[in-house]
Amino acid sequence: MTSTDLAIIGAGPAGMEAAATARETGLSVLLIDEQPEPGGQIWRAIERNVSERPDNLAFLGPDYAAGAAKAERFRASGANYWPSAMVWHLDSPEDGDKTILVAWDGVTRQVQARSVLLATGAMERPVPIPGWTLPGVMSIGAAQTMLKSSGLYPQAPLVLAGSGPLLLLFAVQCHAAGIPVSAVLDTTPPGAMMRGLPHLPKALLGWRTLLKGRRLMQALASSGIPVYRHVRNLEALGADSVERVRCTSDGQTVELEATTLLLHEGVVPNPQLTRLIGCEHRWNAAQRCFHPVLSDRGETSVPGVFVAGDGGGIGGAPAAENTGRIAALEIAEELGAVNRPSGDIEIVKARDNLRAQMAVRPLLDAMYPPPDWIGKLDGDVPVCRCEEVSARAVRGAAADGAPGPNQAKAFLRAGMGPCQGRMCGLTVTEILADAHGKEPDAIGYYRIRPPIKPVTVGELAALDGAD
Amino acid sequence: MFRRLPEPRARAVHFTFEGEALTAHSGDSVAAALLGAGIGHSRTTPRSGTARAPYCMMGVCFECLIEIDGVANRQGCLVEVRDGMTVRRQQGAPGLPEDLADEGGK
Ligand SMILES: Cc1cc2nc3c(=O)[nH]c(=O)nc-3n(C[C@H](O)[C@H](O)[C@H](O)COP(=O)(O)OP(=O)(O)OC[C@H]3O[C@@H](n4cnc5c(N)ncnc54)[C@H](O)[C@@H]3O)c2cc1C
Ligand code: FES
Repeated sequence: MTSTDLAIIGAGPAGMEAAATARETGLSVLLIDEQPEPGGQIWRAIERNVSERPDNLAFLGPDYAAGAAKAERFRASGANYWPSAMVWHLDSPEDGDKTILVAWDGVTRQVQARSVLLATGAMERPVPIPGWTLPGVMSIGAAQTMLKSSGLYPQAPLVLAGSGPLLLLFAVQCHAAGIPVSAVLDTTPPGAMMRGLPHLPKALLGWRTLLKGRRLMQALASSGIPVYRHVRNLEALGADSVERVRCTSDGQTVELEATTLLLHEGVVPNPQLTRLIGCEHRWNAAQRCFHPVLSDRGETSVPGVFVAGDGGGIGGAPAAENTGRIAALEIAEELGAVNRPSGDIEIVKARDNLRAQMAVRPLLDAMYPPPDWIGKLDGDVPVCRCEEVSARAVRGAAADGAPGPNQAKAFLRAGMGPCQGRMCGLTVTEILADAHGKEPDAIGYYRIRPPIKPVTVGELAALDGAD
Repeated sequence: MFRRLPEPRARAVHFTFEGEALTAHSGDSVAAALLGAGIGHSRTTPRSGTARAPYCMMGVCFECLIEIDGVANRQGCLVEVRDGMTVRRQQGAPGLPEDLADEGGK
């Protein structure tokens, strides 16, 4: 068994910054992450690209390259680091140490921690369109992950569809790398500028982010990649894998050839661990997803368990770093760490920075609203990919009296497959909310039980005799 | 389906998929290695037996579930490919209690 003052789950911007900060205060820190290298989603494989593929840094862009210094700072911090290690359970009694179970190299290791910081980040919102289970249909983030970690890219014809900054960024990265993109199908509803305008004055505090966004839009416009606007009714068509993409753009039907279709409709907090420990969540109507309820110190409703970064609400990498820093300083205070002379000043500074970084969110939420059609889904479209449950079946369960996702799960097995509802949870909540005419808060979400990751028999057997 | 940008410093990794010898680059996940080698689908669903391929590549969709060195239900996108690995397509729902597996076959 391993004991530590602070256990951090997730080595992205939030987790790395929190680890380095907590070490400066003198706390012992263990950081656990299922990736082989530090960096999280934004800086995935940063160390490998610096050492083995430095040419790729040019097209991945300056925000990506900036991760190298962050990873270096984290490596030098003296935090204990377990890469390629999956957290599959967290037991968080109100008093006393928390216990974390980690599958690592075929055995389960047990960690006792005085405080826990969840920095598990975001996932892309699942986009349940007809044909999205066909091989060849992936998320934008999936293709970007392959480009960052392996220099792999989809063969032409490649179509990108959806809305939001990550789609824009990936299109521009492809263009800069010389990877042909056949078309961008932009699902942003008409009137983005008008919707954004009222939020502009406040957003100017975050002018750096705004400038970056503007530069990306200009880069896409000058790339020559055809962009179809106001796209709706998107479908992936094909027999064994995707062959064509159909949609309407400004009311006109468009049909394109594609061997790969990449989807993206923004990112949402990865809910597994905060749901597992039963902390309180609330629906965010502007972002159409649940957020864990956090105090301004970053603590969940479960004492001693904190959340930093996009897992607590989407703010992007710089905001993730600041929430990581704030949480680490607050935890150090609570645990009575010794070296904390300037802690209060630093917290004030971090909060100021965070305010500027969060100032652009209302503008972005208004310009790129999350899809309004997911709650309206009906018919054959698969909602639960694992158990192959259609939107129609979920509506049927609602009509048969299922008040919430857990009853729908019992009726249909939706959410019972290996992904434990990660891919259908939000959709099922939205459809049930629509069917019952209620708010998502009143409908709720799946109950999540351990293990939250597949554990082999060997890993379970090794549990008692751990270490 | 996937191609590779030039990688002058990459080391080749040799593994097998369904008995066929394949080559990947060191640092690839098993899921990326298969996509890079042109493998169109890596599992079939327990219910209808349809072909599926990785969707998220970051550990959340579980479409990459695969058998690695005799162990089923591994997340291919989170496991690094290694020399000598034996990888097999995951058909249906191995390792589930029999009644569930039977149900899947119907
Ligand atoms: C696929 C994807 C790609 C993105 N790409 C970009 C980009 O290029 N540029 C950009 O500005 N923003 C990008 N984002 C947005 C991103 O959310 C933030 O910019 C930033 O990475 C958030 O930092 P974070 O520290 O909160 O979490 P993350 O960076 O997401 O880090 C979370 C870490 O937690 C680990 N983790 C999660 N669950 C477990 C578990 N059970 N056990 C062990 N480890 C676990 C993950 O492996 C991950 O490394 C991307 C988001 C996604 C989902
Ligand atoms: S591809 Fe989604 S979990 Fe591996």
